[in-house]
Amino acid sequence: MTISADHTAPGQTAQGRQSQDHIEDSRSGGPVAEAVRKFGITAEDYMLPARHQIQMVDQDGHLKPHSEQGAEPGHEYPLPGDAELLAAYEQLVVGRRVNDQNSALVRQGRMAVYPSSHGQEACQVAAALCLSEGDWMFPTYRDSVAVMTRGVDPVQTMTLFRGDWHSGYDPAKHKVGIQCTPLTTQLLHAVGVAHAAKLRGEETVVLAMCGDGATSEGDFHEALNFAAVFHLPVVFFVQNNQYAISVPLAHQSVAPSLAHKAVGYGMAGERVDGNDVVALLAVLDRAVKLAREGSGPLMVEAHTYRMQAHTNADDATRYRQDSEVAQWVARDPLTRMRTYLTDEGLLDDDGESRIAEKAEAVATQLRNGLSEDVPVDPQDLFKYVFSTPTPQLKEQSALLADELARDASAGASTNPESAK
Amino acid sequence: MSTATSAVNGNVSSATARAAATAAATAEATGPQPVTMAKALNTAMADAMHADKSVLVFGEDVGMLGGVFRITDGLTKMFGEQRCFDTPLAESGIVGMAVGMAMNSMRPVIEMQFDAFAYPAFEQIVSHVAKMHNRTKGALKLPMVIRVPYAGGIGGVEHHCDSSESYYAHTAGLKVFAPATVADAYRMLREAIDSDDPVMFMEPKKLYWSKDMVDLEALRDQHASNTAAGTSTEGRAAVARPGTDATLIAYGPSVPTALAAAAAAAEEGRSLEVIDVRSIVPFDDETICASVRKTGRAVVIAEAHGFASVSSEIVARVQERCFHHLAAPIRRVTGFDVPYPAPKLEHYYLPGVDRILDAVDDLQWED
Repeated sequence: MTISADHTAPGQTAQGRQSQDHIEDSRSGGPVAEAVRKFGITAEDYMLPARHQIQMVDQDGHLKPHSEQGAEPGHEYPLPGDAELLAAYEQLVVGRRVNDQNSALVRQGRMAVYPSSHGQEACQVAAALCLSEGDWMFPTYRDSVAVMTRGVDPVQTMTLFRGDWHSGYDPAKHKVGIQCTPLTTQLLHAVGVAHAAKLRGEETVVLAMCGDGATSEGDFHEALNFAAVFHLPVVFFVQNNQYAISVPLAHQSVAPSLAHKAVGYGMAGERVDGNDVVALLAVLDRAVKLAREGSGPLMVEAHTYRMQAHTNADDATRYRQDSEVAQWVARDPLTRMRTYLTDEGLLDDDGESRIAEKAEAVATQLRNGLSEDVPVDPQDLFKYVFSTPTPQLKEQSALLADELARDASAGASTNPESAK
Repeated sequence: MSTATSAVNGNVSSATARAAATAAATAEATGPQPVTMAKALNTAMADAMHADKSVLVFGEDVGMLGGVFRITDGLTKMFGEQRCFDTPLAESGIVGMAVGMAMNSMRPVIEMQFDAFAYPAFEQIVSHVAKMHNRTKGALKLPMVIRVPYAGGIGGVEHHCDSSESYYAHTAGLKVFAPATVADAYRMLREAIDSDDPVMFMEPKKLYWSKDMVDLEALRDQHASNTAAGTSTEGRAAVARPGTDATLIAYGPSVPTALAAAAAAAEEGRSLEVIDVRSIVPFDDETICASVRKTGRAVVIAEAHGFASVSSEIVARVQERCFHHLAAPIRRVTGFDVPYPAPKLEHYYLPGVDRILDAVDDLQWED
């Protein structure tokens, strides 16, 4: 069986539709047909993930022989350069330290909640490092490390999780969406940002992130379909960490893999070891490159594991065995990368110490920043609902101001200190 | 006050925009002409698209077909498939993609095909469209318009008629506009597209083919001079018919019904003032309360269910502000609290002239 690559996108079938850029690919059969020509494989082989997940460094930190990495014709992944791998390792160490620091801050009551990506740091780091400066990222609530790796200030990144009322950072300035809690709604925003950029002829690629449970949501389907139909440069990056709070993947999907879902939208999917930052960078770098070159959207599923509970409010012992967690300890993304880089002669004790110092500095920054009391202005309730407050909001704002003024004057008259 | 600026594309100079818009106006005669609301809405979109390249129109069947109500007729032909295009059949996708486009310097004007088909997009509207400006502390504006053909009176079958304005009005962060006249359809859609905040634009389906004598050229010029002067009619109610004895407060599809009731009452010697609310959010307390203080009596008319609705909000607001001016309790004439009825029962459900006049009769005239 082969899958036809002759599918046409909107505007190609009806006569008289002559718009150019929207549809340039499809006259010759669309991005899939283009890939078929480029890689000399069938459309089916291009869209379906390779038979095995891509893994380049095994869990013991050894580079696998090329023939065992999972690569196939049209699914070839060169080893990323040394500098990129060292930078990734540094961010892995920082990310792990951030995850564990934040969990401690939650226990101390200095953060309201923190969905930790402990164990998923390789995905976090690769998601940020595969993008260029003009690209956008749309993260979920568990992707704080990716947001920071993208260059957003650590304390600003944690603003929502300390219980503050706003996003902390300017999404447009950093080209990073707000960490999104309603599942997969942000994937459509990613599609829109990519669509706007494409209409203006910009070379922006957008990385849209979600988890395994989120693939059950309707917006997941709508986002992938819109991206494919409009041939948009979006890379959908699914971190399959095996659980949606307590519900295992088997209750979300019985597809052969999540990456297999891509073919239903006419896009290419790939599976990668989500604890192997080398393979992740190789696969995501290529996906971003293909998207930028006009291959339309792609989907990457990373196979990883949420080592800790969903959040501090969750108890993972109610739904999974310690023995299962233990298996994943052996696959830790940091230790395998440390072994690999050390064996390759790229990392020594001095390098380790320097990276550890940097991680500690970020942790200190978080401890200090999140220990500060941020004054709240009650009037902020009203200021940003609209660009210009409505008369109704002005009235309510005045009512609150009056209440506060009366409280203050009552406090002043009963407080002997203020009478001095 | 908002202006039609775009961070990326900037604004075409108003002279150029006017020239382009004039060219696009297909052989419009000068002076007032019979114009449908559909034509006014269509012209408003075309003019906005001429004035600002970041204005895009998309939705289901809005391209070659011109929309199931033909409101986007000709826009694809005029501006190309990149500016006015069909999407896959997915309302959440349409709204969610528009959010991303608005985040990235576009001004999407999107169509929900029917009021009751907009509900798949509810999460995007409530959780993102309405909140983005607030949760980013003003860093991200979402200048987008969600056009909703709404309300009844067209004999639509199940799920094709709903008065959904209260859901949106209840959601902080959304402006909600409901034009009732042909001229307002043009004016208010231009202002909605100019708005830096998201607007739910509620288009009364049954008025799409109603005609008024309107000079579109004059409206276009008025919009241009308002923009230049930084003024607008946004958020202002209008006195649709002056009167002295009681005030009928209506919006959207109920305004012509209220005007018909006022005309009938006049024959019986009762002078009713009709207020066209125009903008549900923001709400013009000033104009509405000035009328009720003058007349001392009021009836609020809306097609939507009365329970927990825009009409109940209006009664509460007027009562809080005008209590000592009221000669009688404020009455409401609304749809019954039942699922929107099928065509065979719709007539019993919709506020009509007789029901309005009955309510007016109940305003304790003998006390």
